[in-house]
Amino acid sequence: MSADNAPASTVQGTDRVKRGMAEMLKGGVIMDVVTPEQARIAEDAGAVAVMALERVPADIRRDGGVARMSDPDMIDGIQAEVSIPVMAKARIGHFVEAQVLQAIGVDYVDESEVLTPADYAHHIDKRRFTVPFVCGATNLGEALRRISEGAAMIRSKGEAGTGDVSQATTHIRTILGEIKRLTVMDETELYEAAKLMSAPIDLVRETAELGRLPVVLFTAGGVATPADAAMMMQLGADGVFIGSGIFKSGDPAQRARACVEATASFQDAERIAKVSRGLGEAMVGIAADKLGAGDLLATRGW
Amino acid sequence: MTAPRAARRVGVLALQGDVREHSAALTQVGAVPVPVRREQDLAGLDGIVVPGGESTTIGRLLTVFDLLEPLREALRGGLPAYGSCAGMILLADEVVDGTPGQPTLGGLDVSVRRNAFGRQVDSFEAELDLVGLPEPVHAVFIRAPWIERLGEGVQVLAREPGGHPVAIRQGALLATSFHPELTGDARVHELFVKGLH
Repeated sequence: MSADNAPASTVQGTDRVKRGMAEMLKGGVIMDVVTPEQARIAEDAGAVAVMALERVPADIRRDGGVARMSDPDMIDGIQAEVSIPVMAKARIGHFVEAQVLQAIGVDYVDESEVLTPADYAHHIDKRRFTVPFVCGATNLGEALRRISEGAAMIRSKGEAGTGDVSQATTHIRTILGEIKRLTVMDETELYEAAKLMSAPIDLVRETAELGRLPVVLFTAGGVATPADAAMMMQLGADGVFIGSGIFKSGDPAQRARACVEATASFQDAERIAKVSRGLGEAMVGIAADKLGAGDLLATRGW
Repeated sequence: MTAPRAARRVGVLALQGDVREHSAALTQVGAVPVPVRREQDLAGLDGIVVPGGESTTIGRLLTVFDLLEPLREALRGGLPAYGSCAGMILLADEVVDGTPGQPTLGGLDVSVRRNAFGRQVDSFEAELDLVGLPEPVHAVFIRAPWIERLGEGVQVLAREPGGHPVAIRQGALLATSFHPELTGDARVHELFVKGLH
């Protein structure tokens, strides 16, 4: 069934359907996969979704060059293998890559700074799409600007492909700290905050009233261990993206299961301890503060 | 009105999914939501909600957290349950296209098909008539399942525009393919909580 032959009384691609999809992912782990075999491992481990891409961020970083949307054949292969949602990345501002991803039926498009941006001024107008979008953010203003463009889910950016969780920590703390401050502001102050964040006042007001973003907030970028994942949850994330951290490690299947369990029981230190045992080598990683300004992915997006 | 009674304590299986929304809907109808993450959380419940989420993930976590058997036991013992979407899948006796070895709680004598309407781009909203409610419900279907085989004793409460059952009741078990918890309309939760005794 597609938009063309749906019963007349139904409506598709609404904010509620797009945002609601992300609500169903809460408390879960979304894993980067590059082959159907990896997608199978992720689903069996209990991932709530997979992100289909040709190279994980650690390899994109190593290889350099222009990183683009994946080959549709490669995404098809992963869709055929698993029953959980399949996400895929489009370059920032590349609305035709997003059209292609919608056409091949991916469940969520990630307009991602991990790929090389296609537009250094504009993001995709995501309201024009039936498929929902997730976007990265390093602070509240960026998150609200993405939501105003139609993003139905936000992930804090972190620094992808490093295995260093420090930037993910900074970004989730920043976003949630800024929300906390909004909740104690009066109407006059909210206008000033909206101006300073370059964000629409109605979204600023809604966020202040809710005490959280009006969409689901995941964390991404540098999560590599079960303890990293649980830390993001304790800080207040709704769930976790793990990119290079699983399939760049010694025993991906076991690490994937461990991260799923730690995310689900993030307040239970004994269980986190149990699943952290004997995981083999974690991804080697790069300390984010050793990266030059030109190597930072989180600064992409405007 | 019957005589006032203590608020119902309703568990919400809190392993993964939209636990917050179900808890809010239960609160809205005067019940006390209780997050269920381990076996001891099942004690003293009047009912339980199995939320929306990923059924494969919740199924795996039920096994890992040693909740599968205790919860099956509680359901067999008559614990009333309401499942939405993934919750409907988990309460079904048979999953048509589940992953190999996907565990379910069971209890509803039906076969359910996962992602029956297609992928996320096919997700939709619709007004549906639901047996027991005078006004239609606004139903939100997200990668939703539908029922393909109905056992005897399963009552159909609502059908999607194409005719498949999407809300059913059998004994103390209630299930919907759609997500009333996302709409702010708590009448389906009220229906469930009213039936608790």
